[in-house]
Amino acid sequence: MAEALNSALHTEMASDPDVIVLGEDVGVDGGVFRVTDGLTERFGSDRVLDTPLCESGIVGLAAGMAIYGMRPVAELQFDGFVPPAFDQMFSHVSRMRNRSQGRFTVPMVLRFPYGGGVRALEHHAESIETYFVHMPGLKVVVPSTPHDAKGLLASAIRDPDPVVFMEPKRLYRAVKEEVPEAELTEPLGKAKVVRQGTDVTLVGWGAMVPKMLRAAVLVAAKGTSAEVVDVRTLKPYDEATVHDSIKRTGRAVVVQEAPRTLGFASEVAARANEKLMLNLSAPVIRVTGFDVPFPYYKMEGWAVPDVDRIIKAMRRVLTW
Amino acid sequence: MIIEKHDPLKGQMFQVLDKDGSLVGPDPELPPALLKDMYWWMLYSRMADDKALKLQRQGRMGTYAPIKGQEAAQVGSALAMRPDDWMFPSFRELAAAMVRGVPFEQNLMYFMGDIRGNRVPSGVNNLPVYVPVGTQIPQAVGAAHAMRLKGRKTAVVVYFGDGATSTGDFHEGLNLAGVLKAPVVLLCQNNQWAISLPRSRQTASRTLAQKSIAYGLPGVLVDGNDVLAMHAATAEALDRARSGGGPTLIEAYTFRMLMHTTADDPKRYRKEAELKEWETKDPLKRFRAYLERKGLWTVGWQAELEAKAAKMIDEAIATAESAPPPSPDALFDHIYAEMPDELREQLEDLKRAIGEREVEEDATEIQGGFP
Repeated sequence: MAEALNSALHTEMASDPDVIVLGEDVGVDGGVFRVTDGLTERFGSDRVLDTPLCESGIVGLAAGMAIYGMRPVAELQFDGFVPPAFDQMFSHVSRMRNRSQGRFTVPMVLRFPYGGGVRALEHHAESIETYFVHMPGLKVVVPSTPHDAKGLLASAIRDPDPVVFMEPKRLYRAVKEEVPEAELTEPLGKAKVVRQGTDVTLVGWGAMVPKMLRAAVLVAAKGTSAEVVDVRTLKPYDEATVHDSIKRTGRAVVVQEAPRTLGFASEVAARANEKLMLNLSAPVIRVTGFDVPFPYYKMEGWAVPDVDRIIKAMRRVLTW
Repeated sequence: MIIEKHDPLKGQMFQVLDKDGSLVGPDPELPPALLKDMYWWMLYSRMADDKALKLQRQGRMGTYAPIKGQEAAQVGSALAMRPDDWMFPSFRELAAAMVRGVPFEQNLMYFMGDIRGNRVPSGVNNLPVYVPVGTQIPQAVGAAHAMRLKGRKTAVVVYFGDGATSTGDFHEGLNLAGVLKAPVVLLCQNNQWAISLPRSRQTASRTLAQKSIAYGLPGVLVDGNDVLAMHAATAEALDRARSGGGPTLIEAYTFRMLMHTTADDPKRYRKEAELKEWETKDPLKRFRAYLERKGLWTVGWQAELEAKAAKMIDEAIATAESAPPPSPDALFDHIYAEMPDELREQLEDLKRAIGEREVEEDATEIQGGFP
């Protein structure tokens, strides 16, 4: 996935001179996960800016460039270092279009690696999508495959609105897939049915998608047909695709890595509850992280939802 | 007088020993026991740091941030503190933390992904490691302000790096320290590199010490590889703080001789020649030369210290590696003073999930590792 993201940056920077990349260690070092590798050599240090260590400054700088008409792609190094930039995102990036009544817009992308499961240090494994979903005016995208990573990042860069692009770091090198070198886009705001099934719908995003797929394969051997929906864009949420699936299966399990309370899984469950009451054969169940600070790596195996918990949840809705 | 006499705007750097260990001014004539203590802590932390790196390479520990090259900056400053002073660290203060009484095994456990490593022993006035850069600075100012309000004759030392000087928290912290005249020593270890970003690209300022001036507090540039200079400057700044003189910014001019963490490769971004040049300024080498000239260092004593350090390091590793694995309860401990019912319910869910587990996770899923 890291290479696919790199490829998207290469193609978008090549096709639009207004696209620039900025962040800590994105230039000479090529980014700590090598997502920006080779960009400085190809596009020069004016378009690939190694910034000082200042997350609020990076996002503010990107916002200003975007307001002026450029297409900045700002990288923050890790999920746990995003909070200093919240003020910029919350007070301005998300609502500049609204505040200026359409006179100024902020077509920037804020991308950062997120999530646990790679034995990282503390503050390097946070699932913070909810905070951004909760800021009106932002789009929030989470890819789960290299192909989607490339296509969705390209679309995010071209999008007229600010996009928060969260990259599940455990998938950076875990999933291998051929991705075309040429320009590629995938529409924002569209979920994707990644496995078809008839008995139960699994809904999730990012690093939870491969887990849901594995769970679906394992239960298939025992006669259960699980459909898997990759949400891909959390905001705006593609309710139609998800609800279409749940209507057909009558049962749903939502999987998220983030803490349970008020996570996006709760939104998925609430909407299904509001609109699909008569189609549901069982309550929508969430499989989530716990309401605890993301632990140091010796305990992270417990904190991240596992395939076993997903299977148990499916069993619960199937035997309701 | 050190602080007054060295103007950071003129680039004046306070030094006691040159890189060969010769005195550049008067000998501070510190007690031999203290001098030997300084050397011990520098040697012990150098050896411990080296061992930690090896453990990481052997897969026995997670990502590690080595301190090699910064021993003098940390040991000199930490030995100038008193036990009732408080220390706020970043994540690269192994030597300072050990001097203050945090045992090496704690550091190992922390980097082995065990949160129990972050529990500072009772009676040691150190905060746990701070990873988000610069965030400890305003907090240190707050603790110092509280000390003053409570009439204590103590002070705070807060450690951070050159990268932190670009964060908002650094500027807000310095401004608050100046306004409140807080008894705090703001100790910046300028190790010249913030991962791949050189000091020259971090700020257009000539020195980091001069950043204090705009906030109305003194700043002093100190040779961070000179343990005697670091000790003297920190002691003076602490005296100022304790006697109501307010905060001081110290820039310890030093060098990160290894990687930022074991997750990066310095060869990608910096030249070998720079490292070679700094190797000639090694803090241990120069201090040893000074001690030898004073008749305080011998080959036999060196061997004795090395044997003692090796034994302590082995014991620390054994302690860290033999710590019983955490229980599921540990995931939910210490979140609130009293565990709310909804958390208790989640803990029960987890225990049940572990107890009834039928399918193991696919270990190959995490091929990428960190980074």
